Amino acid sequence: MPPILFWFLATLAVLAALGVVMQSNPVHCLLALVLTLLAIAVLFIGQGAVVVGFLQAIVYAGAIMVLFLFVIWLLNVPVESGSTGRLAAKFLGAVGVAALLAELEVFWVPSHLQVKAAGQVAGYGAIDALSQTLFSEYLVAFEITSVLLLVAVIGAVALARRTTDAETQQRPENSARTEKAA
Amino acid sequence: MTIELVVGAIEAIVMVLIGLHLSIFLLYFERKGSALIQDRVGANRANITGLGRKLGMPNLGIINTLVADPVKLFTKEDFVPEGADHFIHGLAPFLALFPVLITFAVIPFGDTITLGGHTFNLQAAGINAAALYLLATIGIGVYGVALGGWASNNRWALLGGIRATAQMISYEIAMGLALVSVVMTYGTLDLQAMVRAQGGVWFGFLPRWGIWIQPLAFILFLTAGVAESKRIPFDLPEGESELILGYMVEYSGGKQAAFMFTDFAEQALTAMLLVTFFLGGWQLPWLYRDGFHLPGGHLIAIAPLAVSILGVIAFLIKVVILCAFLGLVRWSLPRFRYDQLMRLGWKGLVPLGLANLLVTAFIIVAMGGAH
Repeated sequence: MPPILFWFLATLAVLAALGVVMQSNPVHCLLALVLTLLAIAVLFIGQGAVVVGFLQAIVYAGAIMVLFLFVIWLLNVPVESGSTGRLAAKFLGAVGVAALLAELEVFWVPSHLQVKAAGQVAGYGAIDALSQTLFSEYLVAFEITSVLLLVAVIGAVALARRTTDAETQQRPENSARTEKAA
Repeated sequence: MTIELVVGAIEAIVMVLIGLHLSIFLLYFERKGSALIQDRVGANRANITGLGRKLGMPNLGIINTLVADPVKLFTKEDFVPEGADHFIHGLAPFLALFPVLITFAVIPFGDTITLGGHTFNLQAAGINAAALYLLATIGIGVYGVALGGWASNNRWALLGGIRATAQMISYEIAMGLALVSVVMTYGTLDLQAMVRAQGGVWFGFLPRWGIWIQPLAFILFLTAGVAESKRIPFDLPEGESELILGYMVEYSGGKQAAFMFTDFAEQALTAMLLVTFFLGGWQLPWLYRDGFHLPGGHLIAIAPLAVSILGVIAFLIKVVILCAFLGLVRWSLPRFRYDQLMRLGWKGLVPLGLANLLVTAFIIVAMGGAH
């Protein structure tokens, strides 16, 4: 990937990520987050991880963010007005950011810790190589993850279906209506 | 390197132009084809200076559908309702149109062509994971419609936007399942390789098209494709009688045209994808690299350049026929109810798609196709 493209996408991703945090309208924040995810997806593709990049676009930008949009609409999240948070929180936040930046300076910049360009194996990032690894070496982890997701789905359905006491008391008239209809 | 970039850019432009022209064809078919089906005269005005009559086609309505209507749309006042989100209201139509237009880039519209010693692949972007690219762009296409409905500050528009989003993500699953079956059949994510695999004939007369191997996936993809493009019988997001025009209600002029065009371009895209996956793409039965191999051992030799061009023409003819078929569907079926739509998607198409996937996997393993 040409360096100019990398820097363009990296800058775009960082600016969009700042937009997520700094805008007051939740829908605008969400759009900025979509932009961040897409920029990172293109970065993945540019580095040769084609499948991961496309999956990032399909799953995160295409599906999860739509879910977020629905949540924002359903909860009717209001537009933030004015500044939020106390001065102490802001101060602590600034200190945290400074600490993180210092940490980057200390741990990342020394050359022995920098990520070296690993010798790319043939077919790196292509779906063949990825699925061969996923379905042979990491098969157990992969299957357990899918079971985990299934459990989460069933749990969500069970929670959504649970009727409260108030609803149970409303039931009789519903059942009476159906009996009448029958 | 440079010449390949230039040719790639030209191919991309050509492909987008093909898509846009097909959309215009569909727009015309929408007006006059519907009139034909419903035994009306249809658009027949704006016969400027008797031009149509002079050309002997006074009733074709070409000028008012293809000239007067677009001019009217693009010169209308661009109205943004009070309380609307100006930025997103302006962005949404193009957020809807853009993913559709960039999807045209991966569709192979011909075999390789050799010009002046260089061989070019007639596919604007030869991405080898094109099937994934397709799912990604289709997934991102949801935002335009959803945000257009939200930004209008209108309850009808918001309801339309929510309906459109729910419908599109529901039918994306059916579409993805059909696509996975197809990918398993051909063993590749590359659309050009899929079309190559559909060359040749069975028993001397049956073209080796995907529709014979994956008939159920064809029907699933067709249904999901129509639902994705939000046309009748799946046009609940627009449902005039209940939501006025759904997410488009607060749009006028060029922006509304962009939304309308998105639907037509999606229809053209659906037709192209169906042709690529199931109807042999640019393959013409009995046509090979050196000419027609007719049954009975006859060979009509044809120059390689002519073979490439014949392939492109075959692709375009197939796409136009399918586009016309989609138009017929649009004017023949009544609109679904919303619960029927969701039931068809989740309880009809998704289980069928899963079953199709299982059967495909069993057959591939039984035939020893798995590595």
